[in-house]
Amino acid sequence: MTARTARYGWAFLAPFLCLFALFFVAPIGYAGWQSLHQVRRSGLGFGGSAEVVFTGLDNYGAVLQDSAFRSALLRVVVFALIQIPVMLAVATLLAVILDSGLVWLKRLFRITIVLPYGVPAVVAALMWTNLYAPQLSPLNDLLRSDQPNLLSERWIMVAIGNVATWEFMGYFMLVLVTTLQAVPRSISEAAQVDGAGPLRIALFVKLPLLRPSLIMAITFSIIGALQLFNEPAVLRSASTAISADFTPNMYAFATTFNGAQPYLGAAQAVALAAITFALSIVFMRGTRRWSEA
Amino acid sequence: MMVRRLPPTMVLALAALYSLFPVVWLLIASTKDTGDLYGTSPFAITPDALPQFITNVERLFARDDGIYLRWLGNTLLYAAGGALGATLIAGLAGYALAWFPFRGRSTVFSVILGGVMVPPAVLAVPLFLMFGKVGAANTVWAVLLPSLVSPMGVYLARTFAESAVPADLLEAARLDGAGEVGIFFRIVVRLMSPGLTTVFLFQLVTIWNNYLLPLIMLKDSDLFPVTMGLATWQAGILQDSSLNVLVIIGSLVSTVPLIVVFASLQRFWRADLAAGSVK
Repeated sequence: MTARTARYGWAFLAPFLCLFALFFVAPIGYAGWQSLHQVRRSGLGFGGSAEVVFTGLDNYGAVLQDSAFRSALLRVVVFALIQIPVMLAVATLLAVILDSGLVWLKRLFRITIVLPYGVPAVVAALMWTNLYAPQLSPLNDLLRSDQPNLLSERWIMVAIGNVATWEFMGYFMLVLVTTLQAVPRSISEAAQVDGAGPLRIALFVKLPLLRPSLIMAITFSIIGALQLFNEPAVLRSASTAISADFTPNMYAFATTFNGAQPYLGAAQAVALAAITFALSIVFMRGTRRWSEA
Repeated sequence: MMVRRLPPTMVLALAALYSLFPVVWLLIASTKDTGDLYGTSPFAITPDALPQFITNVERLFARDDGIYLRWLGNTLLYAAGGALGATLIAGLAGYALAWFPFRGRSTVFSVILGGVMVPPAVLAVPLFLMFGKVGAANTVWAVLLPSLVSPMGVYLARTFAESAVPADLLEAARLDGAGEVGIFFRIVVRLMSPGLTTVFLFQLVTIWNNYLLPLIMLKDSDLFPVTMGLATWQAGILQDSSLNVLVIIGSLVSTVPLIVVFASLQRFWRADLAAGSVK
């Protein structure tokens, strides 16, 4: 039985493992290898030979000393620090309200609020780009002529943050609501019998129950925020405030393709992934006490 | 009692309005031509809205010899095809990890779990270089094959397989002499269907939102998914302002199938799996 089990176990795993090895592990390994090498050209670059040389951590040194990379990194970290709490606070509020049973048309609201998650990020960014554009924007009408130009340097981070919040607020609300609905009714009923109103129940019963889900949500949001690419890349077509190296990911892309320096670009991508990983771990460790609900 | 319901309902209504606002704008804007787009108030519906809408749709599908239709087809292949494949593969893997004890099982699972934390962006450039080496970069496979790999899908599938498949049912089926493959496709898949739906939806959105991979891989506009096509048109608006209408109507048309899929499958979506809280 055990030998047969093992054989079938591996057999069922095999399709995934093959693809995983080829298209997941191998690229990571390749990127890692690349980041440790550079191309040295001899001659004047027009006919001289190009040699791939092992340079150890030189690329990483260059990346970390690059002020443009550091600015881009700072930018996404600040973005994360602001956008994530705002989005998740709203999502939590919505989830608690939906779960409280105090509202009419629950199903309708649920579907409409989750709807933006089904819109692909690029299309969402395109829609908002059009909404932000001064000529087309309905916001112009609403706010009169001295409304802020959301595509300007001053407001562009708000503009990007708004798109990201719009896209994912509903998804996180759904995750939280589903978690809440798995909680036995008896708990909140007991609190009600004790005389607690809906607000107290929300604050002291439901919020603590949501802690583990919130931790996971924040962790995934941190990863997403640090890896920011889609929204600024699309908004770039309408805003001069976004440079090619606006976020670390955009910078790695530009370095590899426009700058034709794939090895340095690989180091940038790996450095970003490592920093993301480190920050996620720090966050999860730091909140471990709370996630054991 | 009624009054208590009003403030929370208002909050939800506000959130719903915020969510719908760009979509409603998109609907209205897609009934206008370039002149009206800039000329009329954004939420105003012009008298010739319906005929203009039809004209816009015609223009959309006529542009560049119907390239938009190609883009839609490509997206169907990459996103739906990719997600279906990924779901099947992840479902098999998750089931195996849940119900087939073998040596090294937990190590394999830990490695896969580590993969969940890796953002697709890190993989895009090396994948491009790897595919480039075998001359497969500017092809359908370059986008489709990596999309079949979903570590998150395996995690979700395993979590769900553990709770949804009763051990005695498996025992009974095996004692009856059913083959493992038969058991999977005839019994397990049905039991796991909400979990598999969740994996499918998750991977569908992940592929849709993976802009970087096709951006890097594909040079032929024939192979673009609709997201890339629209972004290309958007970038060309300064040279050709008629593209603005096409971007808008194109965005609308592209979201319709996705919204339909979502609305119909939404019920089965076990979002709490993603929160790691399945009992």
